[in-house]
Amino acid sequence: MSRVATEANDLEDIEIGLLLEGLYRAYGFDFREYSRASIKRRILEMMRAEKLGTVSALQERVLHDATCLERFLLGLSVHATAMFRDPSFYLTFRRKVVPLLKTYPTVQIWVAGCSTGEEVYSLAILLQEERLYKRCRIYATDISRAVLRKARDGIFPLAAMREYTNNYHQAGGANEFSDYYTAQYDSVIFSTALKSNVVFSEHNLATDGSFNEFQVILCRNVMIYFNKDLQARVHNLLYDSLSMFGVFGLGNKESLKFTPRAAFYEHLNDKDKLFRKVM
Amino acid sequence: MSFEIIVVGASTGGLKALQVLLSELPVEFSLPMVIVQHRGKDMETGLCEFLARSSRLPVREPEDKETLLPGQAYLAPRDYHLMIQSGSFALSTESPVGFARPSIDVLFESAANEYQDRAIGLILTGANHDGARGLAAIKAQGGLTVVEDPATATCREMPDAAINLTKVDWILPLSEMAAGLHKLTNSTKRYES
Ligand SMILES: C[S@@+](CC[C@H](N)C(=O)[O-])C[C@H]1O[C@@H](n2cnc3c(N)ncnc32)[C@H](O)[C@@H]1O
Repeated sequence: MSRVATEANDLEDIEIGLLLEGLYRAYGFDFREYSRASIKRRILEMMRAEKLGTVSALQERVLHDATCLERFLLGLSVHATAMFRDPSFYLTFRRKVVPLLKTYPTVQIWVAGCSTGEEVYSLAILLQEERLYKRCRIYATDISRAVLRKARDGIFPLAAMREYTNNYHQAGGANEFSDYYTAQYDSVIFSTALKSNVVFSEHNLATDGSFNEFQVILCRNVMIYFNKDLQARVHNLLYDSLSMFGVFGLGNKESLKFTPRAAFYEHLNDKDKLFRKVM
Repeated sequence: MSFEIIVVGASTGGLKALQVLLSELPVEFSLPMVIVQHRGKDMETGLCEFLARSSRLPVREPEDKETLLPGQAYLAPRDYHLMIQSGSFALSTESPVGFARPSIDVLFESAANEYQDRAIGLILTGANHDGARGLAAIKAQGGLTVVEDPATATCREMPDAAINLTKVDWILPLSEMAAGLHKLTNSTKRYES
């Protein structure tokens, strides 16, 4: 019985490979180098949601039915994010990075994989409070047009504000958090001043090149969805896009250790994933 | 045949159960052990240190793409799903599964996929059904399934759910768990050589 199951499992892996290859060749969406464990889980989940028995059946529908393709792409990506996610990261940014940035006349910042923008608005608030915002330009990019549209709008659910307010204060914020937004029914809209120096645009880390030189790059919780090869390539791209002594930020559970650029950065402190390019 | 990993799922009552298990496993227990313990979103981050204090094996929260090592216990970090892919950890923040992130099912399914019949799955105390599906996946791939005896578990729902879904190989009270696992992994090794 277990041999049968193992063979079925191997077959499924083959079908998943074919589906991803087909998706790439037909539409240019390239998930071939994403971390397979999590991609597989979401594909099987979608197969169940579409009430299909095999990955091949899902492939047929994805390739021939445009609305299914859209559902599939949405289901395949993880967009989870939050304002001041991991407050201590932002606290360290305030204490250690802000003083460095104050020595520059202008500061170029890249938020790569910004999802629906919560991270960008958090950063903008912090920079404004530290009287740095005016000399900053933030490039916020993502592969997904749908999330960028939301990021541009800056409208978030009211229900999330309690958590975000807590995060904000833990991250060293001293103002009334509610001063930054206006509530409307069950949503809030963030002050447009926060996005006056932000450019939102599409950029695919897997295929597009560098487009500027930055003093700060944040790429948090994006590369955990990539396999090691793609992760290494993107680390190289980000390294090349960062100016000497520029600051690089990763998600809380991401590491430079397993990448080709580990030796080229130094830690800003032990705990938070903030690094400085020193070579 | 020899095992290469043991994955462990625990929920309500799990802190105590894990403490007992980790304090009784001998230092020479060599399989990497990967643990999902449910915890509230706001629960303090000291869980890993807490477990490490009573464990004879080193315990750590893995980072993304970290390689699994023998003789090491790993605890899934708060608010991330933990999976195993090509001998390394893969983390994810995709939505909670049945309200749980980390989810036991997610870890167990990836272990079944990666290790097939070389995985051991262990379900401990808990007041929900997480892990039942994952344990079934391990069984389907020919791995070994172990469940804490519901009769003596702090919360029996999770062990019960696992037993209902899968014809599990071993049902052991917590007091015999460490010795049982040790014997099991030891004897299969001897058998191998
Ligand atoms: C989990 S979100 C992280 C959001 C935010 N950085 C944070 O830490 O809260 C991951 C984002 O990466 C984006 N992404 C995935 N693959 C990408 C690629 N190849 N290029 C650019 N963005 C990508 C996804 O669309 C998603 O919005």
